[in-house]
Amino acid sequence: MSPFWRWFWVLVVGLPAVAFTVWGLADNAKLFLSTALNGLTLAALYFLVASGFTLVFGLMRNVNLAHGSLYLLGAYVGYVVGEQTGSWLVAVAAGFASAALFGLVLQVAVFRFMHGEDMRQTMVTIGLSIMMADILLWMFGGEIYQFDPPRVIFGRTPLPIVEVYPTYRLVLLAMSAAIGVLLWWFLNRTRVGMMIRAGVDDRGMLAASGVNVQFVFAVTFAIGAGLAGFAGVVGGTALSIAPGEDTRYQLASLVVVIVGGMGSVVGAAIGAILIGVAEQFGLAYAPTYSVVFTFVIMALVLAFRPQGILGRRA
Amino acid sequence: MSAAEWRKAMNAGAGRYAWTGGARGRIAARPVDRPSPRPSPLRGEGEVATAWTQWVWRRVGARHVLVLLAVLVYPWVATPFFTFQIGAQSLALGLIALSLTFLAGYGGMVSLAQMTVAGIAGYMFAIFATSGTDISLRWPWGLAVVLALVIATACGTLIGWFSVRTEGIYTIMITLAIGVAFYYLAQQNYSLFNGFQGFQSVMTPAVAGVELRAPLVFYYLSLFWALAGYFFVAYLLRAPFGVALQGIRDNPRRMSALGFNVTAHRVAAYTVAGLIAAVGGVLMVWYNGLVSPGSVGTSWLINILIIAVLGGMRHPVGPFIGAVVFVLLQNFAVDLVGRERFNLLIGGVFLVIVLFSPDGLLGWWAQGRQYLEKQLAPARAGGWRRGRRGQERSTTAAPGPH
Repeated sequence: MSPFWRWFWVLVVGLPAVAFTVWGLADNAKLFLSTALNGLTLAALYFLVASGFTLVFGLMRNVNLAHGSLYLLGAYVGYVVGEQTGSWLVAVAAGFASAALFGLVLQVAVFRFMHGEDMRQTMVTIGLSIMMADILLWMFGGEIYQFDPPRVIFGRTPLPIVEVYPTYRLVLLAMSAAIGVLLWWFLNRTRVGMMIRAGVDDRGMLAASGVNVQFVFAVTFAIGAGLAGFAGVVGGTALSIAPGEDTRYQLASLVVVIVGGMGSVVGAAIGAILIGVAEQFGLAYAPTYSVVFTFVIMALVLAFRPQGILGRRA
Repeated sequence: MSAAEWRKAMNAGAGRYAWTGGARGRIAARPVDRPSPRPSPLRGEGEVATAWTQWVWRRVGARHVLVLLAVLVYPWVATPFFTFQIGAQSLALGLIALSLTFLAGYGGMVSLAQMTVAGIAGYMFAIFATSGTDISLRWPWGLAVVLALVIATACGTLIGWFSVRTEGIYTIMITLAIGVAFYYLAQQNYSLFNGFQGFQSVMTPAVAGVELRAPLVFYYLSLFWALAGYFFVAYLLRAPFGVALQGIRDNPRRMSALGFNVTAHRVAAYTVAGLIAAVGGVLMVWYNGLVSPGSVGTSWLINILIIAVLGGMRHPVGPFIGAVVFVLLQNFAVDLVGRERFNLLIGGVFLVIVLFSPDGLLGWWAQGRQYLEKQLAPARAGGWRRGRRGQERSTTAAPGPH
């Protein structure tokens, strides 16, 4: 991007945003700030789901449309384990582990045999997500489940201007940031992370240099799926678990990675913040058209940068 | 060789290749020009008549006549339930799925927003014509149908214009996102789409005192449009546009190098698919008598894909077969697995088809045929039957109805 265009976009996007911020703060600072916080916590949740999705896609070119089902699976398993043990932390771990295990089975038993046939993989994951949603509905019914997290993180925190804010949402924000940093550390500072990044750039070359690519694939898939299950418990605590959440998060992660750029974890973070904040501001300031904001962002990105904000051309 | 000379040579070569390629494409697009491998019994009755009868003779087999007779006679032997719920619904759904088959099977673009286009047509009809809601403008139904088709086709084109910027799986994701965005818009907007309720008791028009929603009338109406859609697609696939589209599906870069405007062809394909889906959408709103956000929800977006894949995307008859299977499963799943577990059943059937027969039910049919032909081959060695697989595989020979 040439400097002219960079400035052009900064002005086109930045000026209205700044103007809106000034107006919002002057008009009703409390509403504005609490909406911003809501947007950021929603973005944190979207990032947790979408980062696994984008990681799997970036390495294997494999669109896992059952990613939302993994979210719901992790949430339900976490709920059952939490009820049995009475510990929320164990529930979080169980959510991660169950989804990771399921993802591992999926990769080893299904996707390994249709490598490179992306259309077929997409169809298979669509079929799987339909079946999983129905099986989970069968087992858990249509009721809404809620987690019972420790008291320490489930109260209210006094904040300036906003006055009080649910502590758990701040914890969620912190957790998501920590996961982001951990993911960055894992991808950039460990050996397996190096292999994954090399695989994103050139899978054939990675295999040629003696790395067991199937192992790297399995690890990535397990981590990506596990993140979805983790988000299931963490997000289920912030909101609730109910049938239909799988589609919601599947779509959210789709939009987030389309905006942020497929295969880029940083892109997923940017996309999640854009979409989450836009959704919450839409809900607060123009309730009828909140969906349209999301869509307009996606359409604008597609029109001017089809590969996403941080995506590279395939 | 200097750079300038090199470029000149390359350009000359490219130009020549484009010319021959174009000519070859034109000949292949009109298989009638080719000498018929089978002598017509009516030779010598004037050029036009001969060409036409030859074409019919070569194209129409016993099974085409049988299928046509069967679908025409069907409502006279079936109960009104089977005529309306199974027959007419399959035809209308098949028409919407046909638009996806055309896009995906021949254009290589899997769009999940075809049900959205159909839903827009349904919504527009409900808005312009008469329904139980005050939003409806109560205009004459003919005008409402035309407006609905035009607006929905325009929306289909717009969706296409957005999504042709992407390829393969990206197209699926973007069209899915567009479809769901429309679902939420319809659900949240009350001034135009009447929110969650949608439009109830949409009036089905009556022509000369005949209620179009009567089972027998509606069946034949759906049949007419289904056949029209089928023959339109079958014709289009053999026309230069369809052949170019299939070329673009197989290798967009090469087609672009040959001088074809890839983007324009793709957007035009979305327009055609949008029109077909819009007709199906108007039929569906007449069938249901209502249109609501539920009719364009995620599950229906996916269901259209399931129907198209179930039947097979290699032939325009596939979506209709898929629709019949889908509607039968939907209506009789109660007896098989209970009403609640329909999604499990349809998801399982879909998974089995995707895993074991990428070409859908038509793929199994073709495999069975091939097996039988191999078994019967010694009895009919030689003869006029050409290898069908080779014909289907190549781009230039468009698969006609067979």
